[in-house]
Amino acid sequence: MTTATKIVTSRAPVKEVIKDASMMKQKEMMAAHYDRLTSAPETGAKVAATFVPGNLNELIMCFDLLNNLPEVNAIQSGLRRVSGSYVLEAEKIGHSEDVCTYVKSDIGMMAKGNIAPNGKKFPNPDVLLLSYTGCFTFMKWFELLREQYKCETIMLHTPYMGDGKITKNMIDYMVKQLKDDVIPTLERVSGVKFDIDRLREYLKRSTKAEDDLVKVLQSAKAKPSPIDAYFGGIYYIGPIFGAFRGTQDAIDYYRFLREEIEDRLAKGQGPVTPDGDMGKEKYRLVVEGPPNYTSFRQFWKMFYDEGAVVVASSYTKVGGVYDFGFRHDPDKPLETLAEYCLGVYTNRSLPMRIDMLVNYINEYEADGLLINSIKSCNSFSAGQLLMMREVEKRTGKPAAFVESDLVDPRYFSAANIKNRLESYFQMVDQKRAGASAAA
Amino acid sequence: MATPVNVSPTAEIVARANELFEDLSFNSARKWKAAQPDRKVIGYMPIYVPREIIHAAGMLPLGIVGGGDQLEVIHGDAYYQSYICRIPRSTIELGVSGRLDFVDGMLFPSICDVIRNLSGMWKLMFPHVYSRYFDVPQNYRDDTGGNFYINELAELRLALSELRGKPISDDELRQSIALYNENRKLVRELYALRVERPWQAPAAEVYLMVRAGLVLPVEEHSALLREYLAAARAEERPKRDNCRIVLTGMFCEQPPLNLIKSLELSGCYVVDDDLMLVTRWLIGDVPVEGDPLQNLALAFLHHSESTAAKYEPNQKEKGQHLVRAVKRSGAEGVIFAAPSFCDPALLDRPMLQHVLKDAGIPYIAFKYAENSGQMQPIREQAGTFADSIKLWSAA
Repeated sequence: MTTATKIVTSRAPVKEVIKDASMMKQKEMMAAHYDRLTSAPETGAKVAATFVPGNLNELIMCFDLLNNLPEVNAIQSGLRRVSGSYVLEAEKIGHSEDVCTYVKSDIGMMAKGNIAPNGKKFPNPDVLLLSYTGCFTFMKWFELLREQYKCETIMLHTPYMGDGKITKNMIDYMVKQLKDDVIPTLERVSGVKFDIDRLREYLKRSTKAEDDLVKVLQSAKAKPSPIDAYFGGIYYIGPIFGAFRGTQDAIDYYRFLREEIEDRLAKGQGPVTPDGDMGKEKYRLVVEGPPNYTSFRQFWKMFYDEGAVVVASSYTKVGGVYDFGFRHDPDKPLETLAEYCLGVYTNRSLPMRIDMLVNYINEYEADGLLINSIKSCNSFSAGQLLMMREVEKRTGKPAAFVESDLVDPRYFSAANIKNRLESYFQMVDQKRAGASAAA
Repeated sequence: MATPVNVSPTAEIVARANELFEDLSFNSARKWKAAQPDRKVIGYMPIYVPREIIHAAGMLPLGIVGGGDQLEVIHGDAYYQSYICRIPRSTIELGVSGRLDFVDGMLFPSICDVIRNLSGMWKLMFPHVYSRYFDVPQNYRDDTGGNFYINELAELRLALSELRGKPISDDELRQSIALYNENRKLVRELYALRVERPWQAPAAEVYLMVRAGLVLPVEEHSALLREYLAAARAEERPKRDNCRIVLTGMFCEQPPLNLIKSLELSGCYVVDDDLMLVTRWLIGDVPVEGDPLQNLALAFLHHSESTAAKYEPNQKEKGQHLVRAVKRSGAEGVIFAAPSFCDPALLDRPMLQHVLKDAGIPYIAFKYAENSGQMQPIREQAGTFADSIKLWSAA
């Protein structure tokens, strides 16, 4: 079922946006979560801020803490088109124009009153759980927040998979940190004693939702794909990458989503876009890199207007890579949290990332690779030009490169991106024509 | 006919170091390798690797800090977007142009996402070269980060043993630790001389002396430092009316030598800096007796420099290393000089500036790239800073 919602922003005219029923359900979940967060001063709930990659939501819930994710807040600010002013505010108070705009959006939001998407003030965090996973900036980001909030900060260092493997030394190190630093500090901050069986229960729930998420993402192997695994995929990962992994809400949402997608699959339908059902599927792409959030719909429209659907993306793996078999394992609760952190996309070596993209192109029978290179994000972006060449070399499929930013509207050049996409689609057509002629 | 010129001993030593600095083909390291058929060279990038382990394997640790302002980057730019710093592109240029074709291995320390990802690029681009992302702990407990790090060091030791075809013994490691202790002591002496009489050891000369340690065997570098220290102490040089500053943010991509010279010419004696920290990362001597890997690990955890790539667990300690550096060196201000697009330096900078502000220490900030050519704006900014410090001091 799809629903039309009227969207009003300060810059855009009134426009009906078509949403899946699952999107509406997720919207309710997110609204309820923001209400829980902003009412924390009244309810007495304590808040842990942490990051999406290496998000230990099951553990956080063991201490009755609410999970607040600053990247998600920056994304919300981007989608609501307020991040630009936040970024400027941060630059005004001394942050370099060269660094991550998620950080600057967050800092700028704080400077301007720390207002949540529901219009109420975010509570100050009681603890910063610095899960240092796959991104150097995280470390500085929470040092910056610690300076402001002056609250307890826990470092959980996730070693990088530089040699493409998880070693015993890495797991032992992480488990030791969890046992000796993370858990005791969370106990002290929350006043709640750690119960490993409670953690196991949450992990069991995570597994169920993860199974359904993978089925949803892998539905894109069908032709036509019933989903867009990048633009639509960003909605699909919302609950499980955020504050819902390990909850009954997540199980319900992902079952509901899977059934919705299975229904579309059975009917041979393509993805739902903000303008309704997508027309005929003409191009199947794999996308590497995060999206731009300040012009998210405009960016997406450039794809669906051309009949391009994204069948797999790396960005939908930043909060966990589940489609190669990993599931949270309740039988080894701390080790599984370590393994989860180690395996997130941006903690994988460049050769591993290339292997994944090549696998996606082959498995999902894609026409090629598109890289959206993000100025803010060196973790993703450094090395992408080599990745592009390697993927082209190994798959024989064309690749293209566009540049934008996460939440800084100054770095989204619609005309430039559209030109490049149009050229890219022509290149795919030529490649196909060449292949047909050869056959 | 050219008139013979009396060249001072200091100038001669500096000229040798400058020759090493300008040699983008690393001929001294090539000669070292060619001298014996089984010799191997291991390159490493900033900020820190335990060079003792490489040395103990009988190999030459070779510091790779980009291409500077004399290297024309032709291929390297094709690998990076415009918003990424310059050091990885010039390092790739060094690689693809064959300037590193004699290097048997490369280590990419845990410093930022760009260098981290370069480790994977190197594996793909130079598959026959041993390359490793060298992770260091951000947890400083002996039984947590310490154990992790000891195991990482053991992995490196094993990999280098395999590369040379013979295990690295504890005694070999102890001998190397002793040599690097001596080297670090000499670097500290050099820095102390500059603190005491900065006009006797100008920043550009100190830079070249320390930089030579990236390409020379440690024994030769220590000898060079001894020679320079003796010569610099003996040669009387005119004292300028300069202020004293600490330079920070230059721990990875190197500034052009002209930039360092420009700072002094514009009225700022550099009395401390964070350039080439690998040469003095470990503070004090590493114990020679006992388990060498454990000794290296404990020195890293408890007696190493503070810098932006390292997590500071204690909020009260954040930035205090800079305040201490100012006090220790008798500096009157701090210059934040960071490479463009350097995440560690630029993300850290606001926090450090807040600490300096609270401590009443003046500062300025600018950015550079290793190939920056225009020094006039920097001279003007540094000159104005020096003037304002003198005015405040007079008040």
